[in-house]
Amino acid sequence: MTRRTRLFGLFAFGVLALFALMAAHAALAVRSAGQGLLEEARLVRELGLTDLCLSTEANYTRHLSLADFHTPFQDHPLALEHFPSGALFGPPPHLRRSHGRLD
Amino acid sequence: MAAWIERQKNILDFTLSSLLRRKGKNLALLVVYILLVFLMASVMLATSAIRKEASLVLREAPEMVIQRTVAGRQDPIPLSYLDQIRDIPGVMSCEGRLWGYYYDPVVGANYTLLVPGSGEPAPGTITIGPGVARTRTSGPGDIVEFKKVAGGILELEVASILPDRSELVSSDLVLVSPEDFRAVFGSAPGLATDIVARVANPRELVTIAEKIAGRLPDTRIILRDEMLRTYDAVFSWRGGILALLLLGVMLAFVIVSWDKASGLSPEERREIGVLKAVGWETSDVILMKFWEGAVVSLSAFSLGVLLAYVHVFFFSARLFAPVLKGWAVLYPQFRLIPFVDVSQLTALFFLTVVPYAVATIVPSWRASVTDPDAVMKGLR
Repeated sequence: MTRRTRLFGLFAFGVLALFALMAAHAALAVRSAGQGLLEEARLVRELGLTDLCLSTEANYTRHLSLADFHTPFQDHPLALEHFPSGALFGPPPHLRRSHGRLD
Repeated sequence: MAAWIERQKNILDFTLSSLLRRKGKNLALLVVYILLVFLMASVMLATSAIRKEASLVLREAPEMVIQRTVAGRQDPIPLSYLDQIRDIPGVMSCEGRLWGYYYDPVVGANYTLLVPGSGEPAPGTITIGPGVARTRTSGPGDIVEFKKVAGGILELEVASILPDRSELVSSDLVLVSPEDFRAVFGSAPGLATDIVARVANPRELVTIAEKIAGRLPDTRIILRDEMLRTYDAVFSWRGGILALLLLGVMLAFVIVSWDKASGLSPEERREIGVLKAVGWETSDVILMKFWEGAVVSLSAFSLGVLLAYVHVFFFSARLFAPVLKGWAVLYPQFRLIPFVDVSQLTALFFLTVVPYAVATIVPSWRASVTDPDAVMKGLR
């Protein structure tokens, strides 16, 4: 075996070790996050929260599930979407359900 | 078996030396490949972690939120609606909620002002979320000013800050007393922002929602299941800019693979011709090319996924932050919990490694089954 192959073997071993570390970190982090999740769940229950706080720039991206049919139009019927987060989040599925076939 | 392993080692050794001969080109390819995998894996890891956390945390959300809509917009709901909802069999409790958005002109941030159902702060005091505390650089004992609807300033003292670990749900919250809420927004005592209801039997939720909609036709009802489904759908592969981003990355990957599959460089053809001329079998050439594809694609996949993991779970997906933040000043600094979805990583593996490996083998196979002389002369 040449030096090249040995070095590649070491690289492959290193990558595998990093993957193992990643899996171990994920498992430990999930386990230690239990308390934080309970804290979040308690706040959600006590304050009656409905959404995650991922973006605060527009009401319909702050409270995604409470977005309404008016959301795409903002201030007038042809108003264009101008919030970057509005492009990231699509409308919630309950706004998109069809109520019946029209054709 | 030992001979087989020895053969693989020799071919791997030759493959590595062949890759190193075209160091610049292969390194550039590897960097682009790593970037593509990194982007795809970052999106996958971040969205799957948000979806999972949303599903765990929002299980505790209100079972039913009832809003009043007027001319397509949400409007304050009369508290007299509570009696009509309570009358419906199966409704355990219902209450009006006071909450709204407040734009803070001092720092240009948006807050969510909320009156807690129980344990509300004393009048004149507030409890703020970690994001508000960071944006206003305020702590317990500090004063935060709010513009009153009737004019003038309402000064409220920060009584406490919500825990950092709850930032994903509470970053922009300002908990106030009903009196202070009404002073800031001026809502009438008989009105609430919306109504939350709890039912005795969750299986009756839809029936009860239909009954409420029948009794109160100007309302719209959002069920907890719909809140949960929102995060599942919004952070799926098919939604919004995520789909566009993935489409762009996939297209770039198809171009890289296509370039590889569409033909070999003259130098690579000559190499295959020489190898055939000195006695290599077609299977040896294919094996060498398999190793070449495997070395490049597996290295790119592993490094791309590892970098994405560090990016998403150690640096809170900072590359995506500008899109989430948008024009907002207050940006939640949440640290995602690494709920890694192995099936998604497996899908990513088959999406990125297999096509590249196939794309490497096919043109080499075509070159290696032709006459070495013709290959070296560049006739095929």
